[in-house]
Amino acid sequence: MSEALKEGPRMLPYVSAITEGVRQVLQEQDNAFVAGEDVGQAGSVFGYYQGLLAEFGDRRIVDTPISEKGIIGLGVGAAATGCRPIIDVMFMDFLGECMDEVANQMAKMRFMFGGGATLPVTVLTMAGAGMNLAAQHSQSWEAFLAHLPGVKVLMPSNAYDAKGMIIAAARDDNPVFVVMNKMSLAMQCEVPAEMYEVPLGKAAVVREGTGFSIFAMGRMVHEALAAAKTLEGLGVDCEVVDVRSIQPFDSETAVASIKKTHRALVVHEAVRFGGFGGEIVAQLQEEAFDYLDAPIARVGAPFSPVPYSPALEKLYIPNAERIVAEVKKVLGI
Amino acid sequence: MAKNITNKTLIDLHACMVRIRRFEEEAGKLMEDGKIPGALHLYVGQEAVAAGVMAHLSNKDQITSTHRGHGHVIAKGGQFSPMFAELYGKSTGYCKGKGGSMHISNMALGILGANGIVGGGPPIAMGAAFSNKFRKTKQVAVTFFGDGASNEGSFHEAANMAALYQLPCVFVCENNGFGEYTRQTNHQAVTDVADRAAGYGMPGVVVDGMDVMAVYEAAEAAIKRARAGDGPTLLECKTYRYYDHVGVRGMGLTYRTDEEVDAWKQRDAINSFEAVLLKQGVLTAKKIENVYARADEEIKEGVAFAESSPFPTEEDLLEDVYFVGATS
Ligand SMILES: Cc1ncc(C[n+]2csc(CCOP(=O)(O)OP(=O)(O)O)c2C)c(N)n1
Repeated sequence: MSEALKEGPRMLPYVSAITEGVRQVLQEQDNAFVAGEDVGQAGSVFGYYQGLLAEFGDRRIVDTPISEKGIIGLGVGAAATGCRPIIDVMFMDFLGECMDEVANQMAKMRFMFGGGATLPVTVLTMAGAGMNLAAQHSQSWEAFLAHLPGVKVLMPSNAYDAKGMIIAAARDDNPVFVVMNKMSLAMQCEVPAEMYEVPLGKAAVVREGTGFSIFAMGRMVHEALAAAKTLEGLGVDCEVVDVRSIQPFDSETAVASIKKTHRALVVHEAVRFGGFGGEIVAQLQEEAFDYLDAPIARVGAPFSPVPYSPALEKLYIPNAERIVAEVKKVLGI
Repeated sequence: MAKNITNKTLIDLHACMVRIRRFEEEAGKLMEDGKIPGALHLYVGQEAVAAGVMAHLSNKDQITSTHRGHGHVIAKGGQFSPMFAELYGKSTGYCKGKGGSMHISNMALGILGANGIVGGGPPIAMGAAFSNKFRKTKQVAVTFFGDGASNEGSFHEAANMAALYQLPCVFVCENNGFGEYTRQTNHQAVTDVADRAAGYGMPGVVVDGMDVMAVYEAAEAAIKRARAGDGPTLLECKTYRYYDHVGVRGMGLTYRTDEEVDAWKQRDAINSFEAVLLKQGVLTAKKIENVYARADEEIKEGVAFAESSPFPTEEDLLEDVYFVGATS
């Protein structure tokens, strides 16, 4: 019996899985470094770089000024010239400060240069509502990013994926955004100690079922699983697919699920209108129209900025209850 | 003691600082008790800046504030009841509970918002100043921002444009020595943010931000200059926040020493000002006590108002996203 088995599963919270992923990347890649606001001395406001400054020194764990344009620019320029930067954008909302560097430089440089530049840059950033942090600290902007040819976008829903996606992103020779969730930081699951990748472009079937498919992104995966449990009590056997990779999107897994269940719902925390769920629905109707027995339902946030008041935020964030209600609507039960 | 400051002004400056201090202390407690959700960035230690600057502004003048905004709102005329209600997320708050601490605002008081985005304020204040000039009013727009925010491109673009167009805009940098947990020496190579003014063609002034009279006088000059149409000024106030970046705890933090905090507290803006006021006979100990008692009364009322107010409801969620109705 191996050591691991004797000791039981190796459980790690999401926050430590991030640390471990970054640490292993820094050990593996001499030209990798971390740069961002309060990543060094403070170990990130979310705590996930704790200890890395002591371990790697300030050449590789770089505290920056509050200058997002500069920080992303640093990542682009350094990536184009032989480094493998891991750039930290504390809250995803702050991408607003540097959207040019992301959208017009990072995303397009390789193409505009006719393939002349390679940008192995990883951006780690934190999305999601639920902490009463109001309209500028709670958003989910993955659809913005997914709309930009030239960048890849991952959304880890759990600790295992967080570590594996960071490693996969850092080994990829393209700009990759890992959009993490601040409400999930304490959430634990089994995380192997060794280095592993969660491959880009691969969704995961996290619950098998035959009666209904729920495609969920980020933290909504857990709401979808809770909904599936409730629906099981109502005789609906749900399959839950963790989309995981927004760009590239794994339509193969999605189509395979539809072929089994013939009915589906997509759920994300982002605003429903114009959200990535719409893209999933469109691809499914293109590729699996004949297998669909009902229109695909969508659950997302209402068309408003994220409200501060706990009373409103509770109503704002999609949850299991709303997923159940929408599934029931589709099924007419 | 400053020559040109009337006793009434001195008394007002004092009351303003006390109201801010007591509000913040109470808000911090309510946050720790779990009554106020979210994150509070408290202003304790920096009161002299808000009080000294705002003394020269009317409700018609505009300000932009920061994530550390309660002090600015109070000094600009904010009432405790709608402020506490906002922090509680109640529908009677200044923003109907939609904004919270980081977005507290009131247009009637000329407050163009606290801001969750560091560096969010300066361009907006510059725009308001442009509007003031465009509409030929004598209004002035003042933007408050931190040493950390002075590293955002938004500050630099706003400063350049305000100077270029000679706008009635005052840039007040509250240099409290830190951006979050990063010391100023680790986030910029200059010691005085005011030096940056030269790069944009406006005066840069450094003032002791723990001395409310010094802030008052420096702000007077800058605001007069702006109002007269002579363009913007960058006023840097050297100050300190007693609490942590977020929340209340001030001591035993890893990124600064308790001795450093104590040294700044020795120069506390309120205590040192009270010593002056007593010595000059502007206020008596009894009168000072009354100022605190009145602030506490206001707090009691404000908290009771907040606690008894209703939460917003589902219908409120989709309201205020767009202007609906006849054109304004
Ligand atoms: C664009 C942006 N980047 C980063 C942050 C996170 N953040 C919030 S406050 C803060 C520090 C601000 O420092 P400073 O401007 O000096 O103001 P202080 O907190 O000292 O009052 C940071 C980095 C943010 N809110 N917005």
